Amino acid sequence: MTLPMGFLVKQPGMLSLIQDAGRFGAFNIGLTNGGPIDKSAFHWANRLCGNELGVSTVEISIGGLALVAQVDSVIAITGANMPLKINGVAKTLWRSHKIKAGDTLEMGFASTGVRCYLAVAGGFTIKENFGSTATVCREQVGGITGGKLVSGDILACHQVDVRVEYKQNLLLAEQYWPSYEQEVVLHTIPSYQQQHFSSGQQRLFFSSEYTVSKHCDRMGYRLEGPAIQCDLDGILSEGICHGAVQIPADGQAIVLMNDRQTIGGYPKIGSVISLDTAKLGQLSQGGKVHFEPISMEKAHNLYHLALSRFTRTALVVCD
Amino acid sequence: MSKTSLDKIIIQIAGENALIIYFGEQASAKTSAKVQQVEQLIRHYMAEDIIDLVSSYASIMVMFNMLDNDHHQIRRKLRVLLQQLSNNDSDNDSNDRENTKEYRAKLVELPVYYAQESGPDLNVIAKRANLSVADVIEIHQAQEYLVYAIGFAPGFAYLGEVDERIAAPRLSAPRLKVPKGAVAIADRQTAVYPNVSPGGWNIIGLCPVNMFDANASPIMPVQVGDKVKFSAISKAEFVALGGVLPTEGVEIK
Repeated sequence: MTLPMGFLVKQPGMLSLIQDAGRFGAFNIGLTNGGPIDKSAFHWANRLCGNELGVSTVEISIGGLALVAQVDSVIAITGANMPLKINGVAKTLWRSHKIKAGDTLEMGFASTGVRCYLAVAGGFTIKENFGSTATVCREQVGGITGGKLVSGDILACHQVDVRVEYKQNLLLAEQYWPSYEQEVVLHTIPSYQQQHFSSGQQRLFFSSEYTVSKHCDRMGYRLEGPAIQCDLDGILSEGICHGAVQIPADGQAIVLMNDRQTIGGYPKIGSVISLDTAKLGQLSQGGKVHFEPISMEKAHNLYHLALSRFTRTALVVCD
Repeated sequence: MSKTSLDKIIIQIAGENALIIYFGEQASAKTSAKVQQVEQLIRHYMAEDIIDLVSSYASIMVMFNMLDNDHHQIRRKLRVLLQQLSNNDSDNDSNDRENTKEYRAKLVELPVYYAQESGPDLNVIAKRANLSVADVIEIHQAQEYLVYAIGFAPGFAYLGEVDERIAAPRLSAPRLKVPKGAVAIADRQTAVYPNVSPGGWNIIGLCPVNMFDANASPIMPVQVGDKVKFSAISKAEFVALGGVLPTEGVEIK
C-alpha cells in the first residue's frame, strides 16, 4: 500500500483539526455537528483556493503548526492574525500561495483572534466518518484518527500542475479582512425557556458585560459576570441548537458551540446568531462580550446580507 | 391524538435555524410515542427542508435550511403535519401510518455486574432509600425501561422511568472520569455510559455491552422507542463478556 501524499505534519501546534462544513444527520445517534467555528474565514480560505465551499481544511487554533509539502499545490490561510512563513520567509494571509514539493510552512502564534483555516486546492482528501471529515475530539470522530493532528500525520491532497491550473494567485482585498476585536456584541434571539427568566433578569443579562473564562473551547464558551437566575431548576432534557445560551444553577452563561452536546437539561435564555458565534470563537480568555436581543427576522436578514456580501465580493488577481 | 392534545403542542423558536416542538412538560410513554410518530412524519415529508432533528422526552428540535425557508414557512409545514396526524387519528384510515413505517420496538437485555467495586454509589442509594444493596439491585432489574432519547454523547441512551424508591439526584460535584459501561441513575432516569466521560450520575454497576461502535452494524444496540431490561451477572460472566474493570477502580467519592 502506498502512503497518501500531501503535507507532512512536522509540528501539530496547539490544536489543529481537520474540519469540513460539519456533520449533519447523525443527531439520532448522539453525534454533534463539529465544523469550522469561524465559518466566514473557513469559506474564504476555500474560495481563495478555487474550491467548492465546505471541503476539508485544517482549523489551526492558537498556532504552532509546521508542515512540509510533498506535492506541488496551492494553499490559502485565513483567519486570526497568525504569522505565516513559507520556506522561512514571512507571507500574508487572505491570499493563495503556490507551493512546491519540499516547501516548508510554519505558523507562529496568533496575536489577535484564535483560529485560522488552511485550505488547499481541491481540499484535503480525508475519509469521511458519518458523512463528514469534521473532527470532534470528545467523540473521537472525524479527522485522520478522530483526534487532533499529531507529528507524522500526512494531510493528503491532489498534486497541482501550476503551469496548467491555478496560474494566478488570488487575494481578498485588505479592506475586507476582519479585525478580530477583543470586545464583541453577541446578537441573541430570545428563545427556549426565555419566559422563565424575569424581566429584571433579562434586563441584567442584556445590559451586563461578560468576560470569557478559561473554560472556552469548541464545545462551549463559559462566561463570567453578573449571575442570571431562572425560575426553573432544570428542564426535561431537550435538543440544543448551535449558539444556545445555557444558564446553569450558578447563573454563569455558557454559549454552546459546534462541538456541544446534542441534548441537555439546563434552561436556556436564547441563542446567539452564527455570525456572532464566529466572532466569539475568535476570543480567548479575558475577551469581553455583550448580549443584544435580536428578532428572528432581523437575524435572518443579517445572515442573508452577509451571504450576499460574501458572494458579491470579488477576489483580486495578484502576482 | 385528540384535539385537546394537539392544542397543547407548542412550536417555539430555538435558534436562527432551529424550531422546537413541545409536546408537554411531562415525560411519559404516551408522549414519547407521539414524539416518535411526529419525527417519522417530519423525516418523511420535510426531508428537503430539514438539516437534522433531535427528539427527546417531550420535544423535537428541528434544524432547518435557512437558504430555502424562514421560520414562518417551517412552522406552517409543521402545523400541517400535526393537523394531518390529528385528522388521521380521528378517522382510522391512516396513510401516514404506512408512510412512516411505524417503528417496531424491540426488547434489549443488557447484562450488568452490580457490586461495590463496579457500582460505588450503590450504598448511598440504599441508605437513602432505607433498603439493602440487594434490594436496590433487584428494583433496578425489575422493570423494562423505555429509551426516551439518545444524545449528550455518542450512544448515550436516556432510559426511564426508574422506580421512585431508587431515584437519586445527580452528584453535587460530577466525577471527572466515569468509566466506559458505567450503569448509572440520575433522578428517575438510568443509562449506560458508552465511553469514558465526565459525569454526575450515580454509578451502580458496569455493563460489558458496547453501546456505541462506529464499525458495528447496527452502531448502537438500542434506538429510541426500544425497551431495555437489565439482568445481573457475576464478575466472571462480566469478564467473559469482554467487560473490563477500570484499572484505577471506579472512583469512590
